[in-house]
Amino acid sequence: MTAPLLSLRGISKSYGEVRANQGVDLDVAPRSIHAILGENGAGKSTLMKLIYGVEQPDDGTVAWQGEILSLASPAEARRKGIGMVFQHFSLFETLTVVENIQLVVQGRKADLIDRVKALGRDFGLEVDPLADVHALSVGERQRVEIIRCLMTDPKLLILDEPTSVLPPQSVGKLFETLRRLRDGGVSILFISHKLDEIRAICDRATILRAGRVTGNVDPREHDAHDLARMMIGRDMPEPMPALPRSGGEKQLEIVGLDYRPDDPFAVPLSNISLTVRAGEILGIAGISGNGQSELSALISGETRLPREATDRIFMMGQDVGTFGAAARRRLGFAFVPEDRLGRGAVPEMSLVLNSLLTAHPLGLKRHGLVDRAKAAAFTKDCIRQYDVRTPGPEAEAGALSGGNLQKFIVGREIMLAPRLLFVAQPTWGVDIGAASAIRRRLVALRNEGMAILVISEELEELFELCDFIQVLYHGTLSDPLVTRDTRPEEIGRYMIGAHSAAAKALA
Amino acid sequence: MNAIEFILAGMLAAATPFLLAALGEMVVERAGVLNLGVEGMMALGAVIAFIIVYHGGGHVLGFVAAGLASAILSLLFAVIALGFRANQVATGLAIGILGQGLSALFGKTYESLTVTGLPKLAVPGLSEIPVIGGLFVQDAAVWLTLAATLGIWAVFAYTKVGLVIRAIGENPKAAHAIGYPVIAIRVAAVAFGGAMAGFAGAYASVVYTPLWADGMIAGRGWIAIALVVFGTWLTGRIFLGACLFGAVSLMGLAAQATALDVPSQLLSSLPYIVTIVVLGIISADRRLLKLNGVASLGEPFER
Repeated sequence: MTAPLLSLRGISKSYGEVRANQGVDLDVAPRSIHAILGENGAGKSTLMKLIYGVEQPDDGTVAWQGEILSLASPAEARRKGIGMVFQHFSLFETLTVVENIQLVVQGRKADLIDRVKALGRDFGLEVDPLADVHALSVGERQRVEIIRCLMTDPKLLILDEPTSVLPPQSVGKLFETLRRLRDGGVSILFISHKLDEIRAICDRATILRAGRVTGNVDPREHDAHDLARMMIGRDMPEPMPALPRSGGEKQLEIVGLDYRPDDPFAVPLSNISLTVRAGEILGIAGISGNGQSELSALISGETRLPREATDRIFMMGQDVGTFGAAARRRLGFAFVPEDRLGRGAVPEMSLVLNSLLTAHPLGLKRHGLVDRAKAAAFTKDCIRQYDVRTPGPEAEAGALSGGNLQKFIVGREIMLAPRLLFVAQPTWGVDIGAASAIRRRLVALRNEGMAILVISEELEELFELCDFIQVLYHGTLSDPLVTRDTRPEEIGRYMIGAHSAAAKALA
Repeated sequence: MNAIEFILAGMLAAATPFLLAALGEMVVERAGVLNLGVEGMMALGAVIAFIIVYHGGGHVLGFVAAGLASAILSLLFAVIALGFRANQVATGLAIGILGQGLSALFGKTYESLTVTGLPKLAVPGLSEIPVIGGLFVQDAAVWLTLAATLGIWAVFAYTKVGLVIRAIGENPKAAHAIGYPVIAIRVAAVAFGGAMAGFAGAYASVVYTPLWADGMIAGRGWIAIALVVFGTWLTGRIFLGACLFGAVSLMGLAAQATALDVPSQLLSSLPYIVTIVVLGIISADRRLLKLNGVASLGEPFER
C-alpha cells in the first residue's frame, strides 16, 4: 500500500456536552474515492469541517502527505490542496458563473472563461460561464462548485452529500466525472448515507456511528445490509404494509391552477391539477426549486389566490383559494412545512408555546386564556409518543437538533387529527430509525382514512409511502403515476423533464 | 434666462450633495450595511468645511477635513454596529443625531457668516450651445463628482473590488467561507460612505450656499438614502435620481421668478413630496427591488 495522502489519528471534537467525534482514525489513499458513511448526526460533517480547517480538533493529529498539519482556516486548506463542495452551495446567486469563480481564483476574466470551458469538456462539467447563477438548475450549480474547486488544483476533493440534490440520471453523470477526476490524480472524500451509491463508486468506506468509527471496509465486498448494520448498529426496520383502499372522499383537489409569483426568483406554476382522497397518500416528487415552495404556500394558505381566481383549490369540498392559513386549518387541514425553524416552529419559544401555535383549538385554552397545564400535558404527550429527545417541554425549539424538532412538529400536526395532512420533506435530517417510525405512522394514518399529501426529494421514501406519485418539474405537475406500476427510473425521467420533451417530440 | 435654462444650468450643482451622499450610501448598502446616519454625517462635514474655509484654509483642505471628520464619525457607527453587532437602524439614527448635535455645537459662533464659493469652469465650445449650454459651466467640485460617479460605476461593472463588495452584500457567510474578511471590507465601505457624506456636506456649506446656518442640510441626507432605493442600488439610476431632485429643488426658485401664485412653502417642500411619490412607485414593483436589492442588508454578520 502506498503512503496515505491524508491520515487522521485519534481525532476528537466536542461541542459542549455533545461528543461529535471521538478518537477517529482515517486514511485516504492517493487516487481513491473514499466514502464516509453514517447517519445524520453521526459526526460526518464535523469530521469534514476539521479536515477543511473550518473547525479545529480538540485532540488528535492530522497528517497531510506525511506532514503533521494544523489548519487555521479553509483558505489555508485550499492552499494545501484540499477543496470542498458543500451540501448547501456557497455560490452567489446574483453573480454570473465566471464572477463566482473570479472571487476564488486569480486571473483575467477571458482566461477564466476558457478554463471553465476546458474543465467542462475534460470532466463532463458543462456549464455556461456567463449565465447568472440564480437561473441555473441545482445540478448545474453543483457543477459550478466542483469547477470552482478544481480550478485551485486540489489533491483532495471533499463532497458533502453530493447526490442528495440530483435526479437519478445526473447521479450517473456525476459519478463519471468523479471517476475521471480520480484517474487524473485527485482523491475524493465522498460523504453519503446512500448505500447503493457508495457501493457503486467508492473503493474504500469508513463508517461512523455516534462519533466513532465502526467500520473501515471495501464497500464492494459487502452488501447493503452489512453496511446498514455497521451504520445504524442494528437491522433496518421493516416498512408498514399499506392496506389496499380506494374511492375515499376528495379532501384536497386542485384544478388547473396557474400562479405567477411577484418574486423574480420564484418559480411560476402552470396548470397544476391534483386530487388527494381520504385513505390515500399522494406524493409529489421532484428536485427542489421546481416550484415546491410556491405550491406549498398555495396549499397551506400562506399565499392566497386573488379574488377572481375561483374554483381552483378545494379542501373538504369547499373552495378555499382565498382562505388564509387559519381558515384552512379550521376545516381540518394540518401542515408540516419544509423549513422547521421559522415556519414550522418559533426557535426562541419553548416547545409548550410552539404546541399552542397550531394545537390551541384542542382545548388548550380556557376563556380565551392559555391553559398552561393542558398545554404542558399535550406537549409531554407529543414528546413521548414521537420519541423527541429533549430535556423537557420547556426547552427552546431552536435548541433541539433538526431531526428531533422535525419529530416534534410532525407529531404535533398528527395529534390535531386532521382530515387532510400535508407534509413537506417528512424525514429531512431525521435519523434512519426515527424516519422509519414517521413513515410507519403516516401509513397507519392513511389506513385509518386520513388524506395525506407528501412532498419529498427522496424517491425511496415516496415509493415506500405513496399510492400515487406526481412529479413537479419547472412549475408543471405530471399526471399521477400508480406507484406499484412505476419504476424509479420513470420518475427520474420526469424529474429532469425528459418525459415532457419526449412527449413533445411525439406530438 | 428662462426657467428651463435656469434649471438646466443649476441642476448639477443642486444634485451634487444628493449624488455624493447617495453614492457613498450605495457602496455601504451594497456591502450589506444600512447606515442611516447620513444626515448627521453631512452636517458634521458641512460645519468642519465651513470653519476651515472661513479661516482661510481653502476649499481643498476644507473638503479633505470634512471627509475625514465624517469618516471618523462613520467608523464609530462601524464599531458599534459591525464590531458589537448592535442593531444597525438604531445605531445609524443615534450616530446621525450625534453628527447633527456636533455640527450645531461647532457652528454656534459661525451662525449666518458667509464664505466665497468656487469659480465656475466652462467647457469651451459646449458651453456656447443655446439652452443646454449651462450644463457645461460648473465648478470644479461638480466635475470631480461626475468623475467619481463614473469611477464608482466602473468599479462595480469591471473590477474585483466591486465583485467582492457585491458578494459580501449578497451572502456574507459564503464570502467568509471562501476567505474574504467580511467585517474589514464592510468597515472600509462604511468609512467610504462616511467620507462621501462629508464631501456632500462640505459642498452644501462652502460651495452651493456658502453660508453657515444650523440645520442647513435640511433633510438632504434622508433624501440621499431614499435615492439609493429609488435608484435600486445602481449608479446610473442614482445619478438620474439626483438630477431629478436637483431639478425639482430649483423649480421652487424658478416658479418664484415667474411670479406664479403658489405658496413658497409648497414649492420648497416639492423635493420631499417627490421623494415620497417616487419611493411609492418604485416599491410597487417588487420584482425590481428583489432583483437589484441587497440580500443581507442590515443583518449583522456572525461567523
